[in-house]
Amino acid sequence: MSTRRTREPGEGGPAISRRTLLAGAAAAAGAAALGAREGLTAQEPARPAVPPDPTKVPGLPTSPLSERSPFEHPGRKPVGNLSGPSFTPLQDLTGTITPSDLHFERHHGGVALIDPQRWKLLIHGMVDRPLVLDLEDLRRFPQVTRTYFIECAGNGRNAYRTPKAEMTPQEVDGLTSNTEWTGVPLRTILREVGVKPKAGWFLAEGGDAAVLSRSIPVAKAMDDALVVLAQNGEPLRPAHGYPARLLLPGWEGNTSVKWLRRLEFTDQPNMSRDETSKYTDPLPGGKARQFSFEQDVKSVITAPAYPARLEQGWWPISGLAWSGRGRVTKVEVSTDGGKTWAQAELLTPPLPKAHVRFQHMWRWDGRGPVVLLSRAWDETGATQPTRAEFRRVRGIGTDFHFNHVRGWIVERDGRVVFGADA
Amino acid sequence: MSATRRRGARAAAATGLALLAACGDRGGAAAPAAVAAAAPSSEATTPPPVVEHPASFGLGRAATREEIRAWDIDVNPTGEALPAGRGTYEQGKQIYATQCAGCHGARGEGIPPHYPMLVSAEPRDFSFADDFRKTKTIGNYWPYATTLYDYIARAMPLTAPGSLTPDQVYAVVAYLLAENEVTGRDVVMDRAALLAVKMPGAGRFVPDDRTGGPEFR
Repeated sequence: MSTRRTREPGEGGPAISRRTLLAGAAAAAGAAALGAREGLTAQEPARPAVPPDPTKVPGLPTSPLSERSPFEHPGRKPVGNLSGPSFTPLQDLTGTITPSDLHFERHHGGVALIDPQRWKLLIHGMVDRPLVLDLEDLRRFPQVTRTYFIECAGNGRNAYRTPKAEMTPQEVDGLTSNTEWTGVPLRTILREVGVKPKAGWFLAEGGDAAVLSRSIPVAKAMDDALVVLAQNGEPLRPAHGYPARLLLPGWEGNTSVKWLRRLEFTDQPNMSRDETSKYTDPLPGGKARQFSFEQDVKSVITAPAYPARLEQGWWPISGLAWSGRGRVTKVEVSTDGGKTWAQAELLTPPLPKAHVRFQHMWRWDGRGPVVLLSRAWDETGATQPTRAEFRRVRGIGTDFHFNHVRGWIVERDGRVVFGADA
Repeated sequence: MSATRRRGARAAAATGLALLAACGDRGGAAAPAAVAAAAPSSEATTPPPVVEHPASFGLGRAATREEIRAWDIDVNPTGEALPAGRGTYEQGKQIYATQCAGCHGARGEGIPPHYPMLVSAEPRDFSFADDFRKTKTIGNYWPYATTLYDYIARAMPLTAPGSLTPDQVYAVVAYLLAENEVTGRDVVMDRAALLAVKMPGAGRFVPDDRTGGPEFR
């Protein structure tokens, strides 16, 4: 028995793509033969039908878009929320880039559908020259390409407050995604309008049904803020802000306003709903932290993880690490519940404010339970607190920015479950 | 040097160059224009080459006053952008029942997790960090009354955002503030009345003091 994942009902891939693959009676006959040979039982879902020997039949013809293998069924969940999240299936991903169609979502009024010919960006307020840019204007500015994560400020909330053994990496931490973005530095655009010196803030507003708005310090605009048009080599997907979104590297995802339509420069924050009643962090002592933009250094082991079941032998402990304050400098893995730590390999050079994948080879000797943990360090010298320390400093009821050490417990029978208190 | 070794050396040099470009991610020689366009200070390990851009690319066009007026919908704590209009508790109660209660509940109790509870004066001591079951509401958490106007006017109700008139928004604000025991039911809400509201959550908010580094805050 290996790490076969159990799939939840209704989580299967699109039926159409399978039908496409199955076109023709010959393939169907092959499927029946394959099923018979493997002795499928009623409990197991039928395996997708592929030719028994792909070297003896022609393959599929060319097509406009590549489908995933019928054997792969990654998917975000939950689905159907107009105002709520869908989580990236971290356990199904490798490397560092999140495929665009699996980037997590967190909308506040559904996905806005916008005609790019009618799209415009209004920049006004405390500027010398209030300006309207259309998409063509934006494309004519010098572009940059950068890889950054976006993480929802609430990522990890359930794993912190209400942890359960039966949580997958998707459920633990799936509100973070990593993308190659292409767009225009905001400071380049702002040269056209002339921001007045007394403007310390700007309001960034989306053109969605929530007309979502956040107040951002001008310093971020002059640092690394981008107005992005593309993700992973093609125009933004509607779910991620098509045709243009704000991208504030390393900051809580809510500030990277999607479907951007307006920037108003001001001398004070707007105190919008999402910077007062939400996205503020209650702290012990009757206070709440406000404008807590930066995402703290963090890591998550994505394999082995629930619901895997291990057999004895060597396994890569693999996961993702990131920091909103720069590069990850080091990731450590513990296979004894935090008594000792080993430095993990990083699979790529770490980029600032981007996911990096780590790996630590580990041999399971069949004894258990074994507690697997990871902790990342960033270039400010910060690392992740234990859950106990996190709770002492921030409180059990704090609402955002969860970055404590988490991990997985390998039971004696090889079952892997989430272990929040490790 | 044999041909094989020369090839090897060339390959090594090429690899070295590639590594240099990769390591100098923000400072490589490959694309100076892009590098100069955005080399965030937090990223630079070596100063990027400077490429001068013109002071203006002359892109875009001047925004008209009408365009700005149509989209400049935000209301901040100064209240300068609050429109004329007024609404009462009773009017707000009726609007709430038809427009809001479907998601937020007949008494503002909400439908967690996506449709938040709106009404609760408790806790009054802002002790949210002690227990995540203590729900943040308008009455116990929101620091500015103007936020209520801004948010309802722009984003509510969920299925018909931006559809309420200023009078209706003022009425719903009057209703919600009274239900939360912030104001009396007799208050006729308008610009002046809204700016006079003192929210229980005011003064509870502190700036972010996290800076990274070894100390966890």
